[in-house]
Amino acid sequence: MQITDETIKYVGILAKLELSDEEKEQAKKDMSNMLQYVGKLNELDTEGVEPMSHTFSVHNVFREDVVTNGDERDNMLKNAPEQKEGAYKVPKTFE
Amino acid sequence: MDLNLTAVELGKKIKNKEISVVEAASAYLDSIEAKEKEINAFVTIDREGALKRAEEVQGLIDAGKVTGPLAGVPVAIKDNMCIDGMLTTCSSKILSNFKPAFTATAVEKLQAAGAVIVGKTNMDEFAMGSTTETSFYGETKNPWDLTRVPGGSSGGSAAAVAAEEVPYALGSDTGGSIRQPAGFCGVTGMKPTYGRVSRYGLIAYGSSLDQIGPIAKDVTDCAAILEAISGKDDKDSTSVKEAGDDFMAALTDDVKGLRIGIPRDYFGEGLDAEVKAAVMAAAKVLEEKGAEVEEFDLSLVEYAIPAYYIIASAEASSNLERFDGVKYGYRTAEFTDLHNMYKKTRSEGFGPEVKRRIMLGSFVLSSGYFDAYYMKALRTKALIKQAFDRAFEKYDVILGPVAPTTALKLGESLSDPIKMYLGDVYTVSVNLAGLPGISLPCGYDSNGLPIGLQLLARHFDEKSIIRASYAFEQSREYKRPAFAVERGL
Repeated sequence: MQITDETIKYVGILAKLELSDEEKEQAKKDMSNMLQYVGKLNELDTEGVEPMSHTFSVHNVFREDVVTNGDERDNMLKNAPEQKEGAYKVPKTFE
Repeated sequence: MDLNLTAVELGKKIKNKEISVVEAASAYLDSIEAKEKEINAFVTIDREGALKRAEEVQGLIDAGKVTGPLAGVPVAIKDNMCIDGMLTTCSSKILSNFKPAFTATAVEKLQAAGAVIVGKTNMDEFAMGSTTETSFYGETKNPWDLTRVPGGSSGGSAAAVAAEEVPYALGSDTGGSIRQPAGFCGVTGMKPTYGRVSRYGLIAYGSSLDQIGPIAKDVTDCAAILEAISGKDDKDSTSVKEAGDDFMAALTDDVKGLRIGIPRDYFGEGLDAEVKAAVMAAAKVLEEKGAEVEEFDLSLVEYAIPAYYIIASAEASSNLERFDGVKYGYRTAEFTDLHNMYKKTRSEGFGPEVKRRIMLGSFVLSSGYFDAYYMKALRTKALIKQAFDRAFEKYDVILGPVAPTTALKLGESLSDPIKMYLGDVYTVSVNLAGLPGISLPCGYDSNGLPIGLQLLARHFDEKSIIRASYAFEQSREYKRPAFAVERGL
């Protein structure tokens, strides 16, 4: 399938990526090639086949909702690019 | 000290007090130092931490508190497994400063078994690649030929073991990332059944496919390591406790009556003639030892790679959404608002292959395309699983090559992604079906490069794989790359 500029723009929004013009052209080419290649699956008749996510039967695993770890706040914040008063600091999200 | 010892052999010498834990750690750290300039298998080397830990482990061994076969033996961990306080980068710029506050369960289990961690190994960025060339920290070289790739994505782990920088390592396998580099580097690597080893603390790529496993010099080591790291973990609800986890009990040189199937469709076009000959010769060895070997048609082989790349990319696009410059990792220097920060951080932090897969994954999950691509791939996965189920009604073990060729030249694959993906033809279906598989050396081509043999078995039947591969191993000699011999200390 042919990938248009609009598709690349849309995928960029979904993937939260900002591409240079050169990267966009390359992405168009790569994605067209890849979709053409994976289109091979259309040769297969999968009518009536259940989509499979897990290959052996495990079911929902339940446990009591009990806190087992201690207070890790400061430990977690050590990796934060920016922090303020015990919280992650991010740019303003609304005016 | 002899750096060519296996992990279990070294463990024995430590137990018998022939070698101290500190001596062993120092010897491998010196080996790393001497070879890294040429191999680049490591992202992080922790000499100070390892030597301190070695002393501590010696104390535990002397006090009889740690007694297992791996007690005191140094290990390297692929850089996508979290270790408390140790840099964990996934070979990406976006995690270039990330020091986790917790340790992956598999690594914790090794530590409990007395492991001494010497460092973190290089990989394809976020495990996306088959050559270790997509690493932000430079490519790893193959110790058999420094102009060739070690395979990937666990290329650092496989190269480190082959170069005798470390007796064994942990890798992870989403589409062949343990088995293929083990094959290219002439060492032994095992991908356990999905669910056998906890994925807690493994930075996710394709969560339904990822599995941690050992890379070592032989089958005995792999069995011992797997015994140490497997088991149910409350922190990974897909992990299970299944019988048949006394892996070392399967180290018997006996394959009488073992039914081995060879998929004809693995030996068609694209397979290198020397690889084919070596793999068929290995089958012959097992047959002579009493296994019943026959050829069969597995079917659907050509659909495994398309299905894999849809599923893995879809899961990757979701899993990698968390890297946005807020809680950890790299954040772009300048931005106008929150969304601009996300986008710039991710665009600067991820390399081309990661972006390619995130975009493909976002696309196949997007409305309008979800059914045509993602659901189609999941239905194909069901058919592939059924094909294996039918095969395992007749056979205990499936035998074939690991990869169509031996190690490729550096730079050969990057220009054409689909060509690189095609190299995974024999490995990806195993992840789709959740099966266990091993890769071990079965010969050498005319360039002197190792050839890998792959053995597969039913879910949770790693023991049949261990039994067959151990028996085969008794008939061949472990070869060391000239690089390791020449640079030996």
